[in-house]
Amino acid sequence: MNLKKGKKKRCFKKILLYLFLILLVVAMVFPLLWMFSAAFKVKSEIFHFPPTLIPKNPTVSNFFSLFKRFPFGRNLLNSAFIASSATALSLFFCSLAAFGFAKYRFPGRDFLFLFLLGTMLIPYYVTLIPLFIFYRRIQWIDKFWGLIFPGMANAFGIFFMRQYMFSIPDELLDSARIDGCSDFRIFLQIILPISRPALTSLGVIFFMTSWNNFIWPLIILKSDKMLTAVVVIRRLQAGPLWTPYGLIFAGSVLVVVPLIILFLAVQKEFIAGITSGAIKG
Amino acid sequence: MAKQVQGIKKESLFKRKKRRGNKIPYLFISPFFILFAIFMLSPTLYSFYLSFHEWNGVGPKTYVGLSNYAKLFSGGGLFLKSMTNCTIIFFEYVPIMTLGALIFASLLNSRYIRFQGVFRTFIFLPYVTAIIAITYSFQYLLDTNYGMINLFLSWFGIERIAWLNSPTLARICLSSLITWRWLGYNMVLFLAGLQFIPPELYEAAKIDGATPIQSFLHITIPLVKPIIFFCIFLSTIGTFSLFDEPFILTSIGTSTGGGPVNATLSPILLLYNMGFRYLRFGTASAVAYLLFVVLFLCGLFEMKFLGGKR
Repeated sequence: MNLKKGKKKRCFKKILLYLFLILLVVAMVFPLLWMFSAAFKVKSEIFHFPPTLIPKNPTVSNFFSLFKRFPFGRNLLNSAFIASSATALSLFFCSLAAFGFAKYRFPGRDFLFLFLLGTMLIPYYVTLIPLFIFYRRIQWIDKFWGLIFPGMANAFGIFFMRQYMFSIPDELLDSARIDGCSDFRIFLQIILPISRPALTSLGVIFFMTSWNNFIWPLIILKSDKMLTAVVVIRRLQAGPLWTPYGLIFAGSVLVVVPLIILFLAVQKEFIAGITSGAIKG
Repeated sequence: MAKQVQGIKKESLFKRKKRRGNKIPYLFISPFFILFAIFMLSPTLYSFYLSFHEWNGVGPKTYVGLSNYAKLFSGGGLFLKSMTNCTIIFFEYVPIMTLGALIFASLLNSRYIRFQGVFRTFIFLPYVTAIIAITYSFQYLLDTNYGMINLFLSWFGIERIAWLNSPTLARICLSSLITWRWLGYNMVLFLAGLQFIPPELYEAAKIDGATPIQSFLHITIPLVKPIIFFCIFLSTIGTFSLFDEPFILTSIGTSTGGGPVNATLSPILLLYNMGFRYLRFGTASAVAYLLFVVLFLCGLFEMKFLGGKR
């Protein structure tokens, strides 16, 4: 009798726990659902009380108006181009430097690495004003270069890749050397392929950071054709008194969905990348 | 001794060859240092130089000494206001978010919860969404006339609340937005830390009659202490470097994004307004430097007094 009661009580507790977790999940997803639903609402339904979660007459007109007001296809491509080239270049230079630090001995190595870690202390906002002035001087305003190049000097990326490369056995490199392979070819043909899991982790983080980046493109890019998708969302808000939520959420959906898909596809690597810094660092 | 000899013998041919003045590794690491010098070091130094000048971006710079810094501390300087805002926001959300993240991580780490992966995915999802997009969603949720939140409240007979028009409420909204976005991130950090706690510890505690809450307090918390400090450390930097969220969330009615009575003005927002709205590059640089120094000291303080031996 008593045992049964205990079991019941435990079962009840468990249900309560699940309810709690499900409530949390709902809270996490709700703002996203709200955004999706508003993207498919007509203007009169958006500004209507009581609000509805499921649009009464779903419409894609917001998307049409968005593409009419901005070259949004081009804007999405801009985001994709900037994010992928920044990611590819950063990955290349980070792993190249990491290879140098992990697999060679040279005078000053430890000092240089410490210095490199120290550079992580410099916050991005200190460079905001001077880099803007610099880009204006060399006519990089309204161009993509200023969004791609600075990220290539990424201390965290080097730290992360170096950590991974320690696990690559030296014997492998020795045998390649004996076969007459040059250092750079060892890097390209042995180190990079082996480091794929780490490159994926780091790559997703770089890609996401660049795709979602707001303040830099806001400052650097000016003309409608050159803007990234995230900045267009902000540009849609014409003034402080009028916010065209329909268009904004249509744009938001197109910005958020690719990343959610990417995240779901490589979730394991992504989370491994996020946590490695915390545990080892 | 024998081990040592073996160690020397086994030293890689690859490394040995490299020890004689080889330039290749320097070649490999040089891109970082060149890029660093161009895109970080020189701007950082230039910013320092600018902070002692008055300059609108064109024309001559005027040397003004420390006056840019002095102005920030004066009544109209708004720097202190922005720092106060962020301090309030910090205390509003960091304790709740950090504790929440730890609790959810322990729940999802325990053996008798199923579908852990699904829960983790959903809780982490906000982290990958663009802040701009999601901030507009929050703004619309919180809308006085058409928002979902006020609809919920009306079911309980509560009058409409103008969430983003009151300084206190606007800050609370901002705090909840930050919590929403970063809870999953912090939880994942804790989950990684919890992997290192041997389950035998919990089993032993259970046999000794400890309740789950007792094991949480006396096993989990002491063992993940370093991660708690790491999270607080990251949150400190994050809170004082806020930009996107206040820039959008409180953009209605105020053109500066500072919210009602500048209640959600953050230092970076101030920097942005100074630099790119009013073209006062000197003042903006001073804001950047002051914030940098304050955060640096904060970080040192946290490492010294909270971090302990890590």
